[in-house]
Amino acid sequence: MSAFIGYLLNGLAVGCAIALIASGLVTIYRVTGVVNFAQGTFAVVAGLCTSSLLGLGVPHGVSEVAAVLVAALAGLLTGLAATGKRDTTPLSSLIVTLGVGVLAYAVEIVLWGDQPRSAPGLASSVTIAGARVQTQHLLVIAVTAATFVLLVLFFGRTYLGKALTACASNPFAARVIGIDTRLMGLLAFALGGLLGGIAGVLVTPLRPISFDTDVTLIVNGFAAAVFGALTRPGVALGGALLLGVAETMAAGYGYGSHQLEVALGLMLVVMVVQAGRRSTIHQETV
Amino acid sequence: MIDVRDLVVSYGAATALDHVTLSVRRGEMVALLGPNGAGKSTLANTLAGLLTPASGTVRIDGRLALIPEGRQVFPDLSVADNLALGGWRSRQRDPSFVYQLLPQLAELSGRRAGVLSGGEQQMVAFGQALMARPDVLVVDELSLGLAPLLTARLAEHLAELNRTHGLTVLLIEQNARLAFELCRRAYVLESARVVAEGECAELADDPRVAGAYLGGAIT
Ligand SMILES: Nc1ncnc2c1ncn2[C@@H]1O[C@H](COP(=O)(O)OP(=O)(O)OP(=O)(O)O)[C@@H](O)[C@H]1O
Ligand SMILES: [Mg+2]
Repeated sequence: MSAFIGYLLNGLAVGCAIALIASGLVTIYRVTGVVNFAQGTFAVVAGLCTSSLLGLGVPHGVSEVAAVLVAALAGLLTGLAATGKRDTTPLSSLIVTLGVGVLAYAVEIVLWGDQPRSAPGLASSVTIAGARVQTQHLLVIAVTAATFVLLVLFFGRTYLGKALTACASNPFAARVIGIDTRLMGLLAFALGGLLGGIAGVLVTPLRPISFDTDVTLIVNGFAAAVFGALTRPGVALGGALLLGVAETMAAGYGYGSHQLEVALGLMLVVMVVQAGRRSTIHQETV
Repeated sequence: MIDVRDLVVSYGAATALDHVTLSVRRGEMVALLGPNGAGKSTLANTLAGLLTPASGTVRIDGRLALIPEGRQVFPDLSVADNLALGGWRSRQRDPSFVYQLLPQLAELSGRRAGVLSGGEQQMVAFGQALMARPDVLVVDELSLGLAPLLTARLAEHLAELNRTHGLTVLLIEQNARLAFELCRRAYVLESARVVAEGECAELADDPRVAGAYLGGAIT
């Protein structure tokens, strides 16, 4: 039982990181129509940055925030590359994001090498219902919950958030009332970078991160995002937590090498089910 | 006011506006008629800055708002949010004056715009354009698919705003009777060109215009 609770909390923490990646994907997709394959890169960049900053003696807190801001900047630059040119179709933009991801490999290897790097998190642990739980897991869950609350408030309550939703809801009408939809798209990319960055700094103390960790992150994040047809962040959150727990349980009970297959399998099932229903992703974007 | 000279707009190889010249003076209400595909919406969207002219000039004095064709609302947002966003340019976010003008919108304010009827959505689009506090209003097909009573009411509001606030209006209409009632002057656009213009009273006597737009005798 205590092993189960340990796996559960570990899984939820992993799921939270996936959820943050997925929410970045969903934010960018809703506003720009672009599936951003560089989303995992933002997390990797932030993770590598924190590990370096902490290594240089920069205190906790400052290092993490700085790393998240670097990721937001990476998001903005990715957005500029992918959508900065007028009349780029979402499909072409997607290809550019793939290219950005590969280019980032080169930059990351030059700056940080190709070996996994970790960062110290909260080292302590607490006992919950007889299970020893790393405090870092609880931190990840708490920060993710707070981030999602802020996201909901931002999109639901602020004028800027509503303008972003307007771009997602009817881009033509948004332009009619004078909203610069390309600028809003860049803002969405920066926000996506920020969310990916938060995932990165949270997960690095749990699982060492290297330049190619983005593949695992993007596959999982994408799997969670397609739960919500790439447009519904709440459903994506549920999907992400489910994925995190399923994978951790699979690993915990001895199927450790099959984590990516779990994600891919779940994603395949979701896609088949959704294709069977009438509402495919394409119809919803028209 | 609106001043358009020698305007050419094309979609790729297809020319949608071919050397169009048109003007609307300050405080004037002018109608723009024309069959489907004539280029009316293209002109409206160019005036709103959504399309870039290939050549020619467009001058607009004051703030222009467009009520686009086809009930363009934000379906995922509430009526109140739709209206508030209409004030994006004017930084006017309080829709109470729109509610005064269109009391139904006040009742619908909490509903999602996506679940409203077509006529209600058109009212939202109308209110959204007013939130921009425009000096010039371009209306692309006010009456399309609306109940006659609602059309008449919205038309009345337009005339009222024109009288009291000096609002300049370019009214794109398929319903020429309505257009001629509201406006003193009109342009007729056909196949990307202006083929007739003048006082509505004169145009109504022009057998071609009367035949095509007022259901007159076919000659
Ligand atoms: N986005 C577009 N891409 C290519 N061609 C277009 C586009 N929009 C309009 N057209 C073409 O330009 C011409 C003018 O279209 P426009 O929408 O301006 O006509 P309209 O007068 O508003 O017609 P309606 O009365 O049906 O609304 C048409 O031949 C149309 O096929
Ligand atoms: Mg039209």
